[in-house]
Amino acid sequence: MREEMKTDNRIPVLEAEDLGIDFGGLTAVNNLSLKIYDNEIVGLIGPNGAGKTTVFNLLTKVYEPTRGTIKLCGQDIGKMTTVEVNKAGIARTFQNIRLFMNLSVLDNVITGMHNTVVYGLTDSLFRTKKFRESEKLAEEKAREILRIFELEDKADVPAGSLPYGEQRRLEIARALATEPKLLLLDEPAAGMNPQETEELMKTIRFIKEHFGIAILLIEHDMKLVMGICERITVLNYGAMLASGTPAEIQANPQVIKAYLGE
Amino acid sequence: MGNLFKKMFSRENRGRTASYLIIIIAYIVLEIMRLSGNMTNLLSSLLVPVCCYITAAIALNLNVGFSGELNLGQGGFMGVGAFTAVVVSGSLAGVIPNPVIRLILAMIAGAVLAGAVGWLIGIPVLKLQGDYLAIVTLAFGQIIKSLITNLYVGLDKNGMHFSFVDNHLNLAEGGKVLISGPMGATGTERIATFTAGAVLILIALTIVYNLIRSRHGRAIMAARDNRIAAESVGIHIANTKMLAVVISAALAGAAGALFGLNNASLAASKFDFNLSILILVYVVLGGLGNLNGTIIATTVLVLLPELLRSLQDYRMLIYAVILIVIMLVSNNEKMKTGLERLRRKTGKGADSHA
Repeated sequence: MREEMKTDNRIPVLEAEDLGIDFGGLTAVNNLSLKIYDNEIVGLIGPNGAGKTTVFNLLTKVYEPTRGTIKLCGQDIGKMTTVEVNKAGIARTFQNIRLFMNLSVLDNVITGMHNTVVYGLTDSLFRTKKFRESEKLAEEKAREILRIFELEDKADVPAGSLPYGEQRRLEIARALATEPKLLLLDEPAAGMNPQETEELMKTIRFIKEHFGIAILLIEHDMKLVMGICERITVLNYGAMLASGTPAEIQANPQVIKAYLGE
Repeated sequence: MGNLFKKMFSRENRGRTASYLIIIIAYIVLEIMRLSGNMTNLLSSLLVPVCCYITAAIALNLNVGFSGELNLGQGGFMGVGAFTAVVVSGSLAGVIPNPVIRLILAMIAGAVLAGAVGWLIGIPVLKLQGDYLAIVTLAFGQIIKSLITNLYVGLDKNGMHFSFVDNHLNLAEGGKVLISGPMGATGTERIATFTAGAVLILIALTIVYNLIRSRHGRAIMAARDNRIAAESVGIHIANTKMLAVVISAALAGAAGALFGLNNASLAASKFDFNLSILILVYVVLGGLGNLNGTIIATTVLVLLPELLRSLQDYRMLIYAVILIVIMLVSNNEKMKTGLERLRRKTGKGADSHA
């Protein structure tokens, strides 16, 4: 009870209220309310087609919400574009990997710093001191991030030639390079074997502690979800079915029904 | 010194160093041949045009190779630059007798105007996804050709006169017609030089290489590789693509300016769709995102028809066959892997995207 009180006094990193979107007559997401606090890992789960990725697309303004408000650290981001949302502090990965396949692994991460290590066009064209210093800084930062994901040996390899699991990790690395307050991970363990998943769990925990950011993740691997999430929200047919700690969710009869049927 | 040498041949800079060396060595050799009289008239007359085509092709590679947007109006941008330069050079002839300064000013004016036109075209088009830039630049090339074909520009002591009606310039006595409708530019003072052409290529190479290996260039390539992902890391797609379009158009404008000032008379019909396609062919054959390839392909494909002149009627037939053969060979998977293996063995992993 005391824990609850403490939580409510803080400003949430993400606060979505009554979020919803209709595609024509179809309501894909409805009445979704989400609060994510600083330094917290929250899971978003649900059967296939429940609208989980649609929620990510709403939060990053790839889709325009039909209803509801989205606030990031108290700031209304409902009117922003995808680019502005990222600048405000939300970064994401994609269910179907979207890397810059022809760029090197290192350049993929440095590209993530587009708005964090900034210099002007004249700096680029005339190779000014500011350009050289910024590029050096960006490269150092990028290599540091690659080290976390154990990709430092592949820095100069084109992203497209990485194996699947490493591509997934690189996507997270690139998202982190944008220095987000909230990181959205869309099925980060998809296609990974149990050992890789185990490694990934450690990495996600490390990111949370090292960068002190909030993480919202979609995942079907229940071991991962139950293992690292502090709270879980369950979606079914676009609506919120349940929300609570992993233990509460596992014991919730409605959730079990949604997953396994009657 | 040793440090500089190391840097020049680092993996990252090797392609760039090769480009500079190709241009500088070719310039020195050709200039010595020309000055010592060991060059045919045909070849020496091609020196400046080749420089113009190479610059326009390098610029187009920024669009097609690095930005991934098809631009079918590079000839049009050259046309804008060419006729701007003719007017600027012609009207400044009395004020600035020094041809070098006048050439530089004319080329800057051509670049600025062509860049501005590129920007205007980009505003509506780059907000859209898909091949709209190709469609609009295709139309632009046709429009600009028709526009200049009907444009009359004259100069007298009262200043400049523009007209779209045949000979309604109303020039005072002693006035000079700079652009005369379908006849195009006539009586242009030929102030273009091979040196200016070589310098222009070096400038174009520097601009494109510096741009590509920077925050802006990475954004351009990221937008090409994955639009949605690029937006998700905070890259504004339209602005990024605009940068590539404007810089490409400006460089094409400068190249056109040099071209315009290399001919005593020049009609707008020179800058037609064929020219745009020709430059695109240089870029595609040289390799998308490969500037050294662009330089070599342009040189070979400009010189080839001239060297085949002795074959008379069969000239374009042979040219076409050679084009097809190059295309087949350069796209052959076995050839590619073979070349890649060779590169790795010699440790010369030329980075085609850097």
